[in-house]
Amino acid sequence: MAAILVIAEHDQGQVKGATRSAVTAALQIGGDVHVLVAGHACEAAAASAARIAGVAQVLLADAPAFEHALAEPLADLAAGLARDYGHVLAGATASGKNVMPRLAGLLDVAQVSDITAVLAADTFVRPIYAGNGLATVQALDAVKVLTVRGAAFDAAPDGAVSAPVVAVGPASGGAASRFVGQELTRSERPELTAARVIVSGGRGMGNGENFKLLDALADKLGAAVGASRAAVDAGFVPNDYQVGQTGKIVAPDLYIAVGISGAIQHLAGMKDSKLIVAVNKDPEAPIFGVADYGLVADLFQAVPELTAAL
Amino acid sequence: MKALVAVKRVIDYNVKARVKSDGTGIDLAGVKMSMNPFDEIALEEAVRCKEAGLVTEVVAVSIGIAACQETLRTAMAIGADRAVLIETDAPIEPLHVAKLLQALVQREQPQLVFLGKQAIDDDCGQVGQMLAALLRWPQATFASKVELSAAGVQVTRELDGGLQTLALDLPAVLTVDLRLNSPRYVTLPNIMKAKKKPLEVVAAATLGVDLAPRTRVLAVNEPKARAGGVKVADVAALVDKLKTEAKVI
Repeated sequence: MAAILVIAEHDQGQVKGATRSAVTAALQIGGDVHVLVAGHACEAAAASAARIAGVAQVLLADAPAFEHALAEPLADLAAGLARDYGHVLAGATASGKNVMPRLAGLLDVAQVSDITAVLAADTFVRPIYAGNGLATVQALDAVKVLTVRGAAFDAAPDGAVSAPVVAVGPASGGAASRFVGQELTRSERPELTAARVIVSGGRGMGNGENFKLLDALADKLGAAVGASRAAVDAGFVPNDYQVGQTGKIVAPDLYIAVGISGAIQHLAGMKDSKLIVAVNKDPEAPIFGVADYGLVADLFQAVPELTAAL
Repeated sequence: MKALVAVKRVIDYNVKARVKSDGTGIDLAGVKMSMNPFDEIALEEAVRCKEAGLVTEVVAVSIGIAACQETLRTAMAIGADRAVLIETDAPIEPLHVAKLLQALVQREQPQLVFLGKQAIDDDCGQVGQMLAALLRWPQATFASKVELSAAGVQVTRELDGGLQTLALDLPAVLTVDLRLNSPRYVTLPNIMKAKKKPLEVVAAATLGVDLAPRTRVLAVNEPKARAGGVKVADVAALVDKLKTEAKVI
């Protein structure tokens, strides 16, 4: 059976949790799992990929062109390697969603996006229509390009031995796309997609200032803070807070939805959470239909009270 | 410069999709259909570029059944100058869409192609990037700010943890995210005007694209329903449940 290539996402030092979940999906497909670490001065990231249990080999592409994981050089590199593989996987993150369809286009193959289960080496489950349907999809092309929903696969842990690291390919061609800059949200809190507990706010928060109430609760719980699309649209919080069909998909142990009515697009992003708590003053809010524990209350009283009680 | 905008006819944003009882797909009989919300944002951006004098013509394109003409009329009411329907009754996948768009790009020679970042029906999120790959053009996905000039385009993109800014040479492919703009409301006079704008229908079969399936949908099932829980009386009762029953804190 042909080996499987997982394209790593990393910060030049460590691979991200989404990559570990993609490795788990690759191991379920079966076959040797190789991980491609492309970046600049990223030997540490390659070493962290090599420690993941079940990884047979790490391919390291170290060049300035790969520093910001731009789609053009990364997809070109992966396309050059992909012919030796039966599957190419990456996490269904902003980075994976950017690069993988470009890779599939270069290879002239279909992509199966956002898989949540592996049924066979060519058959996968993926949500459609905001998770209102689960499609079982068979990929017919020789190389199967997949993005993996992190919330659906456990992160592969480190193993006892490190896999060998081999250097691959230089970057090819000119750059029609150039990095200008980036502003990353700085937060002491865990990332939304990796958090064990998430506190999310919706339109009911009223304004961005009131999210401080959720920050205080999140600090008590060691939680990440998220938001519904309505709260993002209203400008209360940045877009990277958004949980939902077109934002982040999360499945924490505990999800506390505050002032969120529960539109289907939001539920699509959080309904696989292990335990859901909803605080909303409207007893008819659809969020109560999925909440394990619902509290009908004014959030401006209930949230500080809850923070104080923990 | 010319801009091409791809728009898809999908289930309306406010309608809850229901799985067919035979497990073959989603039941769309009699369901309200609309333009994919992300494509509406893509179109709005192209029209704003035209209003700013940076783009000379906005061409809307849709791929699918004859009913997609309604979506294209809406696109022209928003401000597209003309429209092209690539008509096919066959089920088409993102790679097919990208190849049909590639054929149209070769005919129309736009400098920019705008698309939504994903369609809210199949949630694939693939077409823009595939099209960029086929054309060997640069791409900027999940755009939240677009600054166009004659020389190129600077795009701010949404990442998982913040924002990234890229400078792209033209021609280029852009896919747009929610925060880029708020699409305008369509007015009655503009709907009337749109009826007179040119809408060309091209049979997909004439574009020389292989539309053989690359994937097979074996089944579509309903997700496991989440059992609704209980309402608690007050914060103290909630804390008690979290500590003693769920044991999560």
